[in-house]
Amino acid sequence: MGAVVRVAENLNAALAALLAREPDLYVLGEDVADPYGGAFKITRGLSTGFPDRVLSTPISENAVTGIAAGLALSGDLAIVEIMFGDFAALAFDQLLNFASKSVSMYGSRLPMRMVVRCPVGGGRGYGPTHSQSLQKHFVGIPNLAVYELSPFHDNLAVFEEMFARAEPCVFFEDKVLYTRPMGVVEPPFSVAVSGGVARVSIDGPPDCVVIAPGGVAHRTLAAMRSLLVEEEIACTLLVPSRLYPFDLPDDADADIRAARRVFVVEESTAGGTWGAEVAHVVHRRHWGRLAQPVTLIHSAGGVIPTAAHLERAALVNESTIHSAIREALRG
Amino acid sequence: MTRPATADPDASPARAPDDADLLLMLMIRAFELKLLDLYGRGLLNGTTHTCLGQEYIPVAIEALLDPRDHVFSNHRGHGHYLARFRDPAGLLAEIMGREGAVCAGVGGSQHIRRDRFLSTGVQGESLPVATGVALHLKRAEPGRLACVYVGDGTFGEGAVYEALNIASLWALPLLVVVENNGIAQSTPTSRHLAGSIAGRAAAFGIDHHLVGTSDVAEIRRTLEPLVARVRSRSTPLVVEFVTRRLGPHSKGDDTRPAQAVQALREQDWYARCAAACPGRFRRLDAEARAHIDAVAAEVTARGQSQWEAARWERS
Repeated sequence: MGAVVRVAENLNAALAALLAREPDLYVLGEDVADPYGGAFKITRGLSTGFPDRVLSTPISENAVTGIAAGLALSGDLAIVEIMFGDFAALAFDQLLNFASKSVSMYGSRLPMRMVVRCPVGGGRGYGPTHSQSLQKHFVGIPNLAVYELSPFHDNLAVFEEMFARAEPCVFFEDKVLYTRPMGVVEPPFSVAVSGGVARVSIDGPPDCVVIAPGGVAHRTLAAMRSLLVEEEIACTLLVPSRLYPFDLPDDADADIRAARRVFVVEESTAGGTWGAEVAHVVHRRHWGRLAQPVTLIHSAGGVIPTAAHLERAALVNESTIHSAIREALRG
Repeated sequence: MTRPATADPDASPARAPDDADLLLMLMIRAFELKLLDLYGRGLLNGTTHTCLGQEYIPVAIEALLDPRDHVFSNHRGHGHYLARFRDPAGLLAEIMGREGAVCAGVGGSQHIRRDRFLSTGVQGESLPVATGVALHLKRAEPGRLACVYVGDGTFGEGAVYEALNIASLWALPLLVVVENNGIAQSTPTSRHLAGSIAGRAAAFGIDHHLVGTSDVAEIRRTLEPLVARVRSRSTPLVVEFVTRRLGPHSKGDDTRPAQAVQALREQDWYARCAAACPGRFRRLDAEARAHIDAVAAEVTARGQSQWEAARWERS
């Protein structure tokens, strides 16, 4: 084993490798150039290596996303960093009405290789407009794929997959992941990645299946550990890299058949969630054999407060996940 | 700061265009009139926005462009397409959802893509995209430019200013053609635009040129060196045409007084060219109308367009 690799380092290395390999790839965003290297330092070093293709932009999310679409239209590849994912709202028209539409609205398939990176999520006290998880707002748009950063998915492979789709992708990055290690799971749990989905499990059939994207995987894992120790509840965790379109992996069928109980965890606030979309997929395939409808676990409805104690109370965390699962299984 | 530009009744063409240009302008005019006629008879689906009165602009501009230049059009884009491709059948088939449609009938009147021509229906959306294409061209195909048609109403959108700022900052070959027809849907320019378009270009350090005439040859003579500079110096340029929208915004939604529209008609290139060369004009106008009549009859008789979207369904 080498030294621990942090998620931010893995992501930065993936971007550097892509820039080196793809001579037509641009990376655009506010303050992405050195020496600043982006608000979260994900682009550190990139503009030094590739000064003509890693460009700091004015504070213009709408235009920058449109410029990426123009580059994609010309056959180039483009990655946009939205400093705080919340500001992707300012780029929504370009994503909804131009970039994704262009893939099919001109009657023949038009490849659009672009990824919009959105650091999201709370837990850092940034307040209501810098802490949201906007994934749900991008679910269900034709020809727009939604991915999420995960400690179990190597970012180079994820970006290769996104560009191979040849349609715009929004890549959500939970900010709290940046400093966490890649891929570490402590025994008795073990992880296996297949078909874009990481499966974290213990030996034997599970009591429940938990589906959670990368940003909440470590919180879910902590809950799984306490549920195992305190309640003898065995959970299998599935972490998909691609959130939309959502496919239930075939090898999840055996887990769901055995457990008959499925939970979806995400940091989004309540209402119109990604989990509701996942639940629909699970219900359609497994309705008759489920012991109960899929349980959605997410943050409270309402804005995400700034003060640490208020923010903690609003956001989904290890103990809310633990409680929801214990309550569903033990009553 | 100058006033918002308005139509100048004194801007008369010195002479009528040559046969090829005049025939193209008349073909676009006949095409737009045919669309309104087809709508009126319930033969078209949805809506359309005609460029009646503005036909000379893309006819003048297209001669300054190379096929490898990109053209971005808007909701009022039939003239832009026809000036580039001279393909009324493909465009009408697109609008009618018939076989041979440019975009299989998916895009319709305001979402067209063919080669390096692309139109979108959301105001101001294409300027950032064209800026991205200009960024590509500057590096990959120096000497080529991205040309974007916008209207005066488009200047209400923030995307315009974000894009102009970046195009100037990064010195990109972006040609912005403003068709200032004095009205945004139903709202006159004086009620939606403070200051002027020239002032807005100046704010970003971008050259602005105002065109008051509808004389195609004169327009080209004036613009040729300016457009050449966009290519050679890789720098943006705003060309503002003072023009007239003779028809409704879309169909039957014109709230302007009849006499105001009549005054615009009297300044129209059509009336002036007809007066300048009556015999030649009548012959070419009859030719253009006959051509469009034949195209409309032939396209209307075609089968429905087929869209093979199923082939692209993701796994």
